[in-house]
Amino acid sequence: MSMLKIEGVHTFYGNIEALRGIDMEVNEGEIVTLIGANGAGKTTLLMTCCGAPQASKGRILFEGQDISRMPTHEICHLGIQQSPEGRRIFPRMSVYENLQMGASTQDPKYFDQDLEMVFDLFPRLKERITQRAGTMSGGEQQMLAIGRALMGRPRLLLLDEPSLGIAPLVVKQIFETIKQINREKKVTVFLVEQNAFHALKLAHRGYVMVNGNITLSGTGAELLANPEVRAAYLEGGH
Amino acid sequence: MSAFLTSSRISGAEIAKELAFFAVIALMMSVMILGVETVDRPTGLELAVRWDLVLTAIVSTMIGRLALIMRRENMSRIGQAVLITLAAIAVFEMFVRFRELDDRWAHPVILDMASSSITSVIVALAFIGIIFTIAYFSKKTAVAEADTAPKLGAKIQLAYRSNTKKIGALGIAFFVIFPFLFGENRSAIDLATLVMIYIMLGWGLNIVVGLAGLLDLGYVAFYAVGAYSYALLSQNFDLSFWLCLPLAGIFAASFGIILGFPVLRLRGDYLAIVTLGFGEIIRVILINWYDLTGGPDGISSIERPSFFGFADFSRRVPEGNIGFNELFGLEYSSMHRLIFLYYLILVLALVTSFVTTRLRKLPIGRAWEALREDEIACRSLGINPTNTKLSAFAIGAMFGGFAGAFFATRQGFISPESFTFLESAVILAIVVLGGMGSQIGVVLAAIVMIGFPEMFRELAEYRMLIFGAGMVAIMLWRPRGLLSFRDPTILLNMSTKDKVAGEVK
Repeated sequence: MSMLKIEGVHTFYGNIEALRGIDMEVNEGEIVTLIGANGAGKTTLLMTCCGAPQASKGRILFEGQDISRMPTHEICHLGIQQSPEGRRIFPRMSVYENLQMGASTQDPKYFDQDLEMVFDLFPRLKERITQRAGTMSGGEQQMLAIGRALMGRPRLLLLDEPSLGIAPLVVKQIFETIKQINREKKVTVFLVEQNAFHALKLAHRGYVMVNGNITLSGTGAELLANPEVRAAYLEGGH
Repeated sequence: MSAFLTSSRISGAEIAKELAFFAVIALMMSVMILGVETVDRPTGLELAVRWDLVLTAIVSTMIGRLALIMRRENMSRIGQAVLITLAAIAVFEMFVRFRELDDRWAHPVILDMASSSITSVIVALAFIGIIFTIAYFSKKTAVAEADTAPKLGAKIQLAYRSNTKKIGALGIAFFVIFPFLFGENRSAIDLATLVMIYIMLGWGLNIVVGLAGLLDLGYVAFYAVGAYSYALLSQNFDLSFWLCLPLAGIFAASFGIILGFPVLRLRGDYLAIVTLGFGEIIRVILINWYDLTGGPDGISSIERPSFFGFADFSRRVPEGNIGFNELFGLEYSSMHRLIFLYYLILVLALVTSFVTTRLRKLPIGRAWEALREDEIACRSLGINPTNTKLSAFAIGAMFGGFAGAFFATRQGFISPESFTFLESAVILAIVVLGGMGSQIGVVLAAIVMIGFPEMFRELAEYRMLIFGAGMVAIMLWRPRGLLSFRDPTILLNMSTKDKVAGEVK
């Protein structure tokens, strides 16, 4: 069944219409990616799912429940967690404290078990446990952001450009881990990316966004082979 | 410029340009401060222009700057020392003239002063000698300092951060035995009590500003609410201090929530302006609601606290009560009450500190800190920013209210004048100066901000000069506050020392 269903969503920033009627869905157990150029509205769509900003038209259903009018912090309690654009970790708090913050919606009894799970996925974080998060490298910060989201025991994980400003080798590693999270931890992933090649290779299905509209959709392999996608997002790159 | 000044790196013209620039700055700074003074003449007040002072200021600036240029360019050390000595003499001359002299074009005063007796000649020569020596030999040590200073700073930081608990315990022990050390010295106890009030206010505001990161410029409003709640409850309903203390805290906390609601959406500068307004609103209400608060006349003869309701501190004990001295078989002394008040505020302050450190380790405290770091991230992790902010405002305000009730009972008289914006600014300065979120920092800052100016009252307006210079120095060298380190609340399998040592490197 579809876990997240977006129906005709319009979102405005003041007078600017950033999303012009989006329809898409994420099924349980999938990795779905959304690719597009700068300013296409990818992040806006992801944030609209979290209720900041709220959609002015249309509905967003999470497991059948309409969440488009709920405040952000309540949406998180339903089992949606995100690693926001630019990571937004708490720079002056330690890695451990950041992970504690991630678990704030959860019963403390799961904490130790979840912490171990995150450290299994990202052994680097365990080494840095008492370090100030802001002093870590970009890749480590991204790992922390994903780990922090996982501490909230999500069923749906929203990832906004996890490859942003990170060394290619580390990007590969992070994408591997995302795959592992999806397969082993049974977490559904909705991934917003500019790095179309990596994202489409990883994803089960993908959507392409241009100027606030979804223009193409299909499986990851289909989109990778699509000449339009190749011309717009892949050529000249990898 | 003479030839000896020109080096390979800088030409005479450049030096002249730089000197001219500083002469203009000196002129601009001195002309209004030193150059114009009011003179009391039979015909009334008149403005007199003191060009001699302005001239001395400019000359001493130029000489001093020239010395600094030479130092920068590594030129003749003797020359530097001579110039620095000359500049110092000129500055001294300027001060003496400013204080003593009305005649505008008199001979240099210090010549007369120095040659007036043998002792003064010796003093003057010693003065010149000392300055000259310092100027001559300071170059080497300055270079050496630049090498060792960061290391020394790191060492101090390491020592402080790995022994925070011990330092805290030592500090508490000192404040506990303080009355035994200065038991008979009334002004010392008074001063310590005053400092302690500000420490408590600083700790209370620290919750709002330091932990939750909400810049509150109207904190004094809660202090006022606490003070007036106690004063009014005790006067109108004859309630005792011990009953009113928690009530004052509750009133202040509810005002904190009232303030919190409208400002929830504001951040940074905008929040500061609204809280500033709130502080003023409370003060203006206190002035104008004459029937309730007595307006500008304030409330006088507020009841003093008893010894937990068992005994009384006054000389003539009312019927049916027992005096504190009788209870303990002591001779009557007015100091008993003061020392009791001191311990009362000490306990209140320690409670504040204890609660704050406990809260920091609880989810709510960590949510405050996370909110300060990144509100959007907090929201997306499922933290309700509304409740988090309101709780910070309420708890911070509650401690302000406790401090206010204590202030009212200690003074015995309160009026709106005690709760001006200046108080808010001082409390905020204590928090910022101490280093946001640092408990010991607040204590240090309160001693520096409140204790020192009171202790050096004899220095009159000069203490404000020193105070200003101190603030500038702190801005330059410790822009994030005296103790501006934030340590994690939890460390796993690692001592603080190792952790800090790793970070300081």
